[in-house]
Amino acid sequence: METDPIPGKQLPAPPPSSDPSTSEAPFFDLAGWQAISPSLGRIRQIEVGGASVGLLLIGAVAGLVTGVALISVVTAVVAIGGWSSGSLYISRRVRSWGYLARDQDLLVRRGVMFRRLSVVPYGRMQTVDVTAGPLERAFRLATIRLHTASASSDARIPGLARLEAAALRDRLADLGEAHAEGL
Amino acid sequence: MSETPNLPWQRLHPLSPVIQLGRSAVAVLFVLAIPYISNGGRQHSGDYFDVVIIALAAVGGLISWLVTRWCVEGGTLRVETGLIRRRHTQVPLSRIQSVDVVRPALARIFGLAEVRVRTGVARDGDARLAYVAEERAETIRANLLAWSHGVTIEEAESLEQPLAAVRNRRLLLAVWLQGVVPFEILLAVGFLVAAFLVPTPGGRSSLLGTAAVWIVLLVVAVGNRLNSQLAYEVAEAPDGLRIRGGLIGTVVETLPKERIQALRQIEPLWWRPFGWVRVDADVAGGQRRKGEDRGMSGQMRILLPVATRKEAALFLAEVARGALPPNGRPPSRAHIKTLLSYHFLAVGLTPGWGAACTGRLRRTTTWVALNKVQSVRWSQGPVQRRLKLATLHLDVAGRRVGVSLKDRDSLEAHQMGEQLTALCRDARQLDRITAKGGPWSAADRDHQMSTAAALGSRCPQDQSDASQGPTVPPG
Repeated sequence: METDPIPGKQLPAPPPSSDPSTSEAPFFDLAGWQAISPSLGRIRQIEVGGASVGLLLIGAVAGLVTGVALISVVTAVVAIGGWSSGSLYISRRVRSWGYLARDQDLLVRRGVMFRRLSVVPYGRMQTVDVTAGPLERAFRLATIRLHTASASSDARIPGLARLEAAALRDRLADLGEAHAEGL
Repeated sequence: MSETPNLPWQRLHPLSPVIQLGRSAVAVLFVLAIPYISNGGRQHSGDYFDVVIIALAAVGGLISWLVTRWCVEGGTLRVETGLIRRRHTQVPLSRIQSVDVVRPALARIFGLAEVRVRTGVARDGDARLAYVAEERAETIRANLLAWSHGVTIEEAESLEQPLAAVRNRRLLLAVWLQGVVPFEILLAVGFLVAAFLVPTPGGRSSLLGTAAVWIVLLVVAVGNRLNSQLAYEVAEAPDGLRIRGGLIGTVVETLPKERIQALRQIEPLWWRPFGWVRVDADVAGGQRRKGEDRGMSGQMRILLPVATRKEAALFLAEVARGALPPNGRPPSRAHIKTLLSYHFLAVGLTPGWGAACTGRLRRTTTWVALNKVQSVRWSQGPVQRRLKLATLHLDVAGRRVGVSLKDRDSLEAHQMGEQLTALCRDARQLDRITAKGGPWSAADRDHQMSTAAALGSRCPQDQSDASQGPTVPPG
């Protein structure tokens, strides 16, 4: 397909054979997959870090109150273990997100353990939302969500740069109008 | 058009208010009757109060009858009602989607029926003529339908072709073997047996009481289902599928075919020895309407309450051409992952339909109309990845997930996903061109196919292809 007008970084070429099924997954081999901002990884790190610190504090307080040091130690191990494994996993998860705007439909992919790919035809889009939580706003990011008449369509793209999200939303809205169909 | 659509202003049947008040009227009469019974039929001082209430109800009913009138003029059905809040409903005859004749039990006693004119738009878009004499209701329905299609009444009647009828004797057995009913029967028997085993008379009577209540509830529940499904008939009419059913309260309902998103055939476990199945339809925007019969409401509408497999196949062939049983089996390595359901798993792609068969104990086959598919999803869990399998979902409007083509070869799932998005796109395009609701009749399909060829787009697969499952290139 022709060059994409939406500003965004291209997803790197399919990773070398670390992933056995990639080679036989034509959807993932398509050219022009757009990656989302790596800043989303930082947001997720902050979220996981916050949760871990919270858990650490709770464990420490519980240990002090009950006088059983074991509680604090166990929660600390759990929190630090979760933090480290989570933060390793986060970057892979963030890298797994991608979208591809084709002529007739939008492709969204995500997930490392459970991999998902949605194909949403522009004609089926009913609304396009752009939302941004406080953390996302701090990093100038936004999430785009596509709604179809089906509740299970599940097409959202988090971690888009705000400008990119606005551009994509406008483009999707235009495309949706051009392809508009009923139920 | 041979007859000009014209009916003068007229009122409903004078007994309508009685039925409108319906059960509440019965309750009021009962309450009023209590003093007479308790006083042994003698007069007492509160007498005037009763008379006043009855008079008020009568006057109210009379007024509501007087202010309600309807007519057909200028190609429009008009209904006016209400004294303080006047309400005018206008339905252009060309917009009529279906005309149902509904007969609640109480109306049936008086020989009346309600004509419900559906437009398929908003919730309040329906016009109701409640109530008119039964034979009059039939005439009105025939007239309105004929006018809305621009044909004569005889033509409109002859356009209706019976498709299937449910045998009452079979239904009488089938309702007892559906869902949890067999377990409930077992429980009731258990109570009875326990009652005879318990030595103390007190325990026995309490157990017998529980059993009695349980049995009554069970019979009422099954009776309700029977009531809506006895004398069940499905016919093909120009405006959709006409469904008739009911023993005490009869319903005639029309289901426009283009509103059907998906079809489902279920084989309950207990029906398997008899080879019986049930056929449901998933209807867009089919929220349950007030006063609608239970068996026919909900988003999954029952099309055939009970039929043999062969009858169901014939029925499906008539209702939805191309909706053939799926027979593309998943690869045998999927057996490890789907130990309990592998025996039923299958998918199929036919012109206009995507189909999948799932289920552990009861085989459920679902067909989605490709022109109704909202999105296509591909998913792969860790176990599936190890086995190089993937699942493909076809989503249709509403909360229910559409069809899941489970545990296919992952490459095949990808190719099928690409193929399906293209097929769905073509189906939607054809929809727009033909302004028709989908892969319905043979003539339509041939027309669509030729249009597809003219468009130069991908032609849907043939069934011969689907018989060995969607194409899988070797390697």
